[in-house]
Amino acid sequence: MSTLVDRARALLEAGTVQVVIGFGAGSEPGRVRPVFVRKAEACDSLVADARHRPNLCTYLLKPEIRAMGRPAIVVGAAGLRTLLQLAVENQITDGAVHVLYLDADGAVCELPTLAAIEERAAMLPPDAVVSAPAPGATGAATSAASAGPVGIEQVDALPLDERWAFWQNELSRCIRCYACRAACPLCYCSRCIVDVNQPQWIPVAADAFGTLEWNVVRAMHLAGRCVECGSCADACPVGIRIDLLNRVLASEARSHFGAEPGRSLRREYALSTFRPDDTADFIR
Amino acid sequence: MILSSAGLATLFERLTAAGHRIVAPTRDGDRVDFAEVTSPQAVAFDAVQTVRSAKAVLFPPVEPMLRYRTAGHDVQDEAIAPDARPTMLFGARPCDARSIATLKAVFTWDSPDPYVEPRLAATTIVTIACTKADAYCFCTSVGGGPADPQGSDILLTPIADDRWAADVRTDKGRALVAAAPGAFEPAGGHGAAAARPIADVPARFGLAALQQRLPGLFEQDALWIEQSLRCLGCGACAFVCPTCTCFDIQDERGRDGGVRLRCWDSCGFGQFTLHASGHNPRTRQSERWRQRVLHKFAYQPERLGVLGCVGCGRCSRSCPVDMNLAEHVQMLAEATA
Repeated sequence: MSTLVDRARALLEAGTVQVVIGFGAGSEPGRVRPVFVRKAEACDSLVADARHRPNLCTYLLKPEIRAMGRPAIVVGAAGLRTLLQLAVENQITDGAVHVLYLDADGAVCELPTLAAIEERAAMLPPDAVVSAPAPGATGAATSAASAGPVGIEQVDALPLDERWAFWQNELSRCIRCYACRAACPLCYCSRCIVDVNQPQWIPVAADAFGTLEWNVVRAMHLAGRCVECGSCADACPVGIRIDLLNRVLASEARSHFGAEPGRSLRREYALSTFRPDDTADFIR
Repeated sequence: MILSSAGLATLFERLTAAGHRIVAPTRDGDRVDFAEVTSPQAVAFDAVQTVRSAKAVLFPPVEPMLRYRTAGHDVQDEAIAPDARPTMLFGARPCDARSIATLKAVFTWDSPDPYVEPRLAATTIVTIACTKADAYCFCTSVGGGPADPQGSDILLTPIADDRWAADVRTDKGRALVAAAPGAFEPAGGHGAAAARPIADVPARFGLAALQQRLPGLFEQDALWIEQSLRCLGCGACAFVCPTCTCFDIQDERGRDGGVRLRCWDSCGFGQFTLHASGHNPRTRQSERWRQRVLHKFAYQPERLGVLGCVGCGRCSRSCPVDMNLAEHVQMLAEATA
């Protein structure tokens, strides 16, 4: 069985790709960092574990990375779904990315086309991403969820006033650093709505109103698109479980519209698809 | 002098009764951060460092500056005074205390800042020397140290779990001792010799060599691009940093008036240098990263006579992609211009 390092080296040597985006050793044991390997002899630095965060697909759209040439990217289940969603949203074209997929057992498989990615993604169990734990330290060394509810079931089970108190307390720590936005591969707008400032549409202050508005806007803009990789919450320096907002919306989109973003190459936006046979009449 | 845990309880009690605010590291789950407390029981003594710095005590993330009302062509504005209650910042680390010099240099540079200045005057800093450090600490590379007294009004050095040697260094420190009679005891038989060993923080780079090389590195594009490839351009580093002071002024306006706010900003954001004309002098992340490094290690020392970094390591602990300031700066110190 050839290893990730062997595959990456072969791709670079053959000139199939010019850069391999993966994880390498970080500042301390257990911590990893994104690396951009451009020389075959440097492939030894790659860590063969794709469960780390942030979601590396974020880098595919960065101009500095694009300037390097055709990339290979090391992904797990979350990455496969991200790539399909990016393709559906016309952000990557067929063949533009060479995928090195690591399955749950660490076996590596090459997916050079979108069709190959779609075929492999179809084999993922329904909860492949949500249940995948990140090993040890993931992104930020200090990021950690606060005590209290840890899943949407627990938060949903709270009475309304306690749920509101939970979110007020969580969001009170938000410093508007936008690490969540930066670490999200599907937050790729070149000008985010919060940066539209003539006039300022979304309040930028890190106060009760501003943080609520930002976090709701961020979550809503990902409704029906989010693949639930968890990169946002992991990036949050103050440990806010903002992924819970996305997971709730994802489950709503699933139950009401059957939306499964990142499961196929079919373009089916829960929030912007029009069908003549829509059962609701407000749209006609 | 000596401060015992009983004395500490007295200190907290007296100050709270006198209407003082006490801000100290507290634990919430796995995260330790500064928060308002009223009793030493709430203080997390064992953490190497908090996630966020204590700068919000002096320079809050959102500062309401003035309120205004409009009626036709009439505008009436009303200044908003800062909340500058007497405050004890307790359990800060020597690097945190050291950062005050940078904040002071920025906010009193040409004219004293009417928001930060009164809070500086009302804040007394009680620091606890570090008996442990982690992989991200590099205070000794930037002129500080785990028992560095600079910036502290009182520096506490642990003698035992419930006793500290108290080095009362300033008038504010003495005023705090006087405000809580009985809290501090004379040293007597206990001396500094009994103090617990201070943390070992090996130097990562030579500051002199770095500062000599930096000006020549400005145009080394490839170097800055390589260092910042993984940087996502968020503001986490700037917002947890004790010395980052950039802000943006925003008007939140309703139909008949509004409020003017001063909000934290970060040079890592693409919009930070966007001009009204549409021109942006820093379009690439590498240019923003260069600005961050040079501002801290070249421009501020040159303009204000203070470094923009105290080596607390918060930026590197919080970075979602493990940008490591000490490592990057070490690379620069060793780079050939």
